[in-house]
Amino acid sequence: MIAALARAAAAAGRLATIPLLSILLALAIAAVLMVASSVYTGVGFFPLLPLFAYGNLFAGAFGSGTAITNTLVAAAPLMLGGLAVGLGFKGGLFNIGVAGQFLAGAFAAAVVGSSLADAPAAIAVTSALVAGAAAGAGLGLIPGILKARTGAHEVVTTIMLNNATALLLAWAVTELVRAPEFTFPRTNDIGNAALPVLLGRNLHIGVPLAFVAIFAVRWLLERTTLGFEIRTVGANPNAARYAGMPPVVIVPLTMALSGLLGGTAGAIQLQGVIGFYASGISASVGFDAIAVALLGRSNPIGILFAALLFGAFRAGAPLMQITTRVPIEVIDIIQALIILFLAAELIVRRVFRLRARATEIEGAATVTQTWAEPSVTRP
Amino acid sequence: MTEEERAAQEAARSSLPVGRAPALEMRGITKRFPGTLANDHVDLSIQPGEIHGLLGENGAGKTTLMNILYGLIAPDEGEVLIDGKAVTIHDPADAIARGIGMVHQHFMLVPVLTVAENVILGAEVMRGPVLLDLGEASRRIRALAEQVGFQIDPGVRVEQLSVGQQQRVEILKALYRGARILVLDEPTAVLTPQETEEIFQVLRRLRGEGASIVFISHKLDEVLRIADRITVIRRGAVVGERRPADTSEQELADLMVGREVSLRVDRGTSHPGEVSLQVTGLRVQDDRGHEVVRGLDLTVRSGEIVGVAGVAGNGQEELVEAIVGLRKPSAGRVTLAGRDITGRSPRQVREARVGYVPADRQRYGLVLSFPLDDNFCLTEYYRPPFASGIVRNEAAIRRHAEKLIAEFDVRTPGPSVRAQTLSGGNQQKVVVAREFGDDALIVLDQPTRGLDVGSTEFIHRRAIEQRDAGTAVLLVSADLDEILELSDRIVVIHRGRVVGEFDAREAERDRIGLLMARGEAA
Repeated sequence: MIAALARAAAAAGRLATIPLLSILLALAIAAVLMVASSVYTGVGFFPLLPLFAYGNLFAGAFGSGTAITNTLVAAAPLMLGGLAVGLGFKGGLFNIGVAGQFLAGAFAAAVVGSSLADAPAAIAVTSALVAGAAAGAGLGLIPGILKARTGAHEVVTTIMLNNATALLLAWAVTELVRAPEFTFPRTNDIGNAALPVLLGRNLHIGVPLAFVAIFAVRWLLERTTLGFEIRTVGANPNAARYAGMPPVVIVPLTMALSGLLGGTAGAIQLQGVIGFYASGISASVGFDAIAVALLGRSNPIGILFAALLFGAFRAGAPLMQITTRVPIEVIDIIQALIILFLAAELIVRRVFRLRARATEIEGAATVTQTWAEPSVTRP
Repeated sequence: MTEEERAAQEAARSSLPVGRAPALEMRGITKRFPGTLANDHVDLSIQPGEIHGLLGENGAGKTTLMNILYGLIAPDEGEVLIDGKAVTIHDPADAIARGIGMVHQHFMLVPVLTVAENVILGAEVMRGPVLLDLGEASRRIRALAEQVGFQIDPGVRVEQLSVGQQQRVEILKALYRGARILVLDEPTAVLTPQETEEIFQVLRRLRGEGASIVFISHKLDEVLRIADRITVIRRGAVVGERRPADTSEQELADLMVGREVSLRVDRGTSHPGEVSLQVTGLRVQDDRGHEVVRGLDLTVRSGEIVGVAGVAGNGQEELVEAIVGLRKPSAGRVTLAGRDITGRSPRQVREARVGYVPADRQRYGLVLSFPLDDNFCLTEYYRPPFASGIVRNEAAIRRHAEKLIAEFDVRTPGPSVRAQTLSGGNQQKVVVAREFGDDALIVLDQPTRGLDVGSTEFIHRRAIEQRDAGTAVLLVSADLDEILELSDRIVVIHRGRVVGEFDAREAERDRIGLLMARGEAA
């Protein structure tokens, strides 16, 4: 039992090595940029600036109860969005459409929520959430069906749908569901459909919901036949067909589930933080979600930690900017660098002199090939 | 007689020049990979004008040794001598410069280029700084081909050539680069008997011209026929060196495997029962829309093995895919014990108790990145006991895997190991273990391609056990030996039609070979 746990821990450690080193490298390079730019930001040349900046970033993210709730609130939609992208990856699909699904989910939650603004909270909250999830799922289903039926690549179709969705919703909020008493196009407040706050000023129920989603997706992927089908189609579609799993069904289903998670991310952000839909709301969660899924290696637990990190960056950045005058945009640079290093894994391996993974596989292969001698090998 | 006397006597009997430096010598080559010794002080010496057979099971270290020779891997210990001089080979370009040529099992040719273009690729004949001189290249290639006795048109595109002819292009490529030491890796694996004989003539002619040839194979009879000396390696070490005259297939096989093996599985007598698989007037198109199965009829009874012999690419693949539901036929019927299964989905066909071992185990048969237990239940994951409702039953999945690992002797540390870490033979055992069982029909497509003697023997024995248990077995193989050895009845397929049918007891190898190649007997 203990040995099994140790093995699992070692495996997790191996999986997390490259992501952790990528983060470290990104922070180091961003530190150099901070020092270099400190000359122009009025602080003057100050080599220790990164220490103060990162110290304040950390304090802003974890330094107080409020800081921690801010981090969690920022992380929740990233968890759901990261799961959306990660689930797609497991199924061999690159869902770049989380941004659109996020907007669709937010819009649907706003429309349903504002129309139930005076209904009992339980009904209003649930209905708005379900509407958001369904809108995301519907929007995910479209590229899924196109892929399965015609072979249209989901990267192309989801990017196009992102634009189509944003513009369609901008039109809808101006022409169809605009609240007349405001000077800019927006919906009415969602009233009772707002997510209940559990703790402090802003820790809404969407946060535990996102945690539940992490474990639900993990369970789906690892413990259900549907998850097995999704992973098989993703890992080897030929073998899936051979085994009698129809990709024509599984691919749209995977995209719909992915969209459902993206839509839910939009719904909890709207019901928990924003409170109404306006055409200018940011869908950047949809793109940060791709980074979260990559950093988390599409593993739900990895996505949990990656989302917490990115949430911490978002929550801590204002304090960093106020106290050290390092601009918030540094966070974008750090995130971009992390993705760069994850993509160019070889650079990270060079810098830290890690052996390539190929030799690990080769080693394992040769071990099993010499299995003929029972004395050496039988477990 | 002591060892030394025997060696002296052997040397005296040898017709090879003694005293001259060997064309190639590898001394004490040792290569360690993490956890294993791939080559353990391997000595190998090859004389000028010698064909040297290199025998060994998969994973025995043949490939590592040849990769060291070709500069792809650096040895930990040992040295390589060419014409008696120690050399260090850093990379393949180095190896080519020293006259070493390699013909790989999988051809490295560009199908849309001509023979001449393929041969000169990377060693182009130029007219001025930018222009290719294809005319001059063709002349040189034609001269070279004549010298070694090839009939080949340098202007023809490689995709129009047969597999045997493509292999000659590979050999020409090596010779064109000045190879005097030629390494051929499993050169006959994809050839018909006639093509094999032709390539042997070429090799003998090259030997006459003074070339040294390393012939890697696991086909014992061929090595015995062509080689002047045979080195057998097992688990990285040389376990014997023999001359064909002084040894037998049985001895070589025992050396290779390290225990006594039965080369010919005793097929016993079959007791065919009711008609199981019936294919009538089947027409199937390939991916490009060409009709490649053109009105094919075939019957397999329960309790018999029917072998489909044919040169690769005559519609076998599409025939199999149409039977198992992976490809929709355009016409014709497939019935199983009288029940129509034409055009059913792969799952419906499976649920009619059809097992299927696909030709490409890595592409179709396995998910390489998945652990073994998931691969063992790949086709039945959705049914009890592996799942109740949509929830997987991990304990049952694991128990099933452990049972099959033991029953089929899959060499692995355990069921949670990824399939990609297994050797080819063990991967195939995983597929076979999953597909064999209580089946009405088993379709075997190239079931032992690329496998070593031990795994092949094992799989053949299991196939016969299945037959004896009353399963109908359809065997498709490009390896005529396998067809002859295993089948109770043999049909020959040519251009999508059955052109001949034989009872296994009366089957003549040469007649079948000719039918395979031409579609008609002589």
